[in-house]
Amino acid sequence: MRTTRYGALAMAAAAALTLSACGGGGGEGEGGGAEGGEAAADSIRIGIKFDQPGLGFDEGGSYSGFDVDVAKYVAGELGYTEDQIEWVEAPSANRENLLSNEQVDMIFATYSITDTRKETVDFAGPYFVAGQDLLVPTDSDITGPEDLNGRNLCSVTGSTSAQRVKDEFAEDVNLIEQPGYAECVSLMGGGQIDAVTTDDIILAGLAAQEANQGQFKVVGNPFSEENYGVGLTKGSELCSDINAAIEKMIEDGAWEEALAANLEGVDYEPNAELNPPTPAECA
Amino acid sequence: MDGFLSLFEQYDVAGAFWINIQLTFWAAIWSLLLGTLLALFRISPIASLQWFGATYVNIFRNTPLTIIIAFGVLALFGQLFVSLSEDFNLNFFRLAILGLSLYHAAFVCEAIRSGVNTVPLGQAEAARAIGLSFLPAARLIILPQAFRGAIAPLGNVLIALTKNSTVAAAGSVAESAGLMKTMIEFRSDMVIPIFFTFALGFVIIVIPIGLLTTWASKKLAVAR
Repeated sequence: MRTTRYGALAMAAAAALTLSACGGGGGEGEGGGAEGGEAAADSIRIGIKFDQPGLGFDEGGSYSGFDVDVAKYVAGELGYTEDQIEWVEAPSANRENLLSNEQVDMIFATYSITDTRKETVDFAGPYFVAGQDLLVPTDSDITGPEDLNGRNLCSVTGSTSAQRVKDEFAEDVNLIEQPGYAECVSLMGGGQIDAVTTDDIILAGLAAQEANQGQFKVVGNPFSEENYGVGLTKGSELCSDINAAIEKMIEDGAWEEALAANLEGVDYEPNAELNPPTPAECA
Repeated sequence: MDGFLSLFEQYDVAGAFWINIQLTFWAAIWSLLLGTLLALFRISPIASLQWFGATYVNIFRNTPLTIIIAFGVLALFGQLFVSLSEDFNLNFFRLAILGLSLYHAAFVCEAIRSGVNTVPLGQAEAARAIGLSFLPAARLIILPQAFRGAIAPLGNVLIALTKNSTVAAAGSVAESAGLMKTMIEFRSDMVIPIFFTFALGFVIIVIPIGLLTTWASKKLAVAR
């Protein structure tokens, strides 16, 4: 009898732990996206990065960055106030899943439009054209990827931007991969890394962070073209409205304002020939 | 299906798993050596050594592996300029082995100590009675029996180590977890097949280890 009682107690404890684990995981991973399902009519769920200063950054409950500002403007044009926006974290590897499982309505998360991705999701935009570039210490003599032979170059795990530099520009570059750009920048602050590479606007956002102000510069010699689009569920009807909103944002100057406000204090100009871009036709 | 097979032409999946196996191999050797030493400390009659062994185990057993690996790169390499090799990539490989070994040594130590507990007290007393001091007694009488009793828990540690070798991705080692991230980033149309490929890869590596250690623990068990 006694053992049965202990057994039952253990079962109850295990069940409670399992349940609480589920609850915690859901809340954290989806950022309240789950509850959004019921209230979809009067709110919109937008996926952004939470860890990219200057683009999509979680400042303890409020969000800042260029992606966030564009998302707010577009949502406003679609008829949603800021209170009706539910922000959901959209890490790079998760973006397609979030869209195809309809956990978010749109994604503004440095999301380059590519043909492979178009097979699983739809894109509106582009709303910005970035290019791969280098972030270097302010006193560095590096002016382009060709100067990297024999130097140490940092990038994040799961991106091939560093590999591209090795394959196309500097055969003898040393590559180091880190879980995030913050780690790369801290290594560069320590002096063991000569350059960090990814899209120029991401680098500018890192350089604009208060802790890094004045220490790093974007080289300004972009060597690729990344069209940042708005990720949408396949077959979404929002595309043309979003494109109209982006066009309006560029026309009335809010686009430029948002860019300037988020990258204040950094010596960085987005590629002027390609920016601001004209949204492509909706599929 | 053609698309799925083209993944293997585009990315070196087997090569990435080979890195994991190498990491596991070296870390297993170093953590076995260090763990045995720590277990000796913990069963030794010297109080300060006992204290050191217990402190080491408690600290490393309770520190997340990711933090240990990140410490290797951000602190040892980034700030203290520690270099374990002239070769840039080999340096990170060795730093990762160092982190994996330090972490798993704590678990190896406890596995061996559990093996020591399977040795009857009379064995130690008999060793003492024929005039052996601590080290010879440990080397000739206690540890040989302890290892045979600890094969199953050591196998568990080895399995955990195999899978934990993916954490080396945080330390700039190009192994399978990093490759999986790259593949998901660029082949977003194949997320689920990619995921299962890597899961299956680990099943293929780990199941033989489990079977082998179960077999060996039965075969080599001390008959009492």
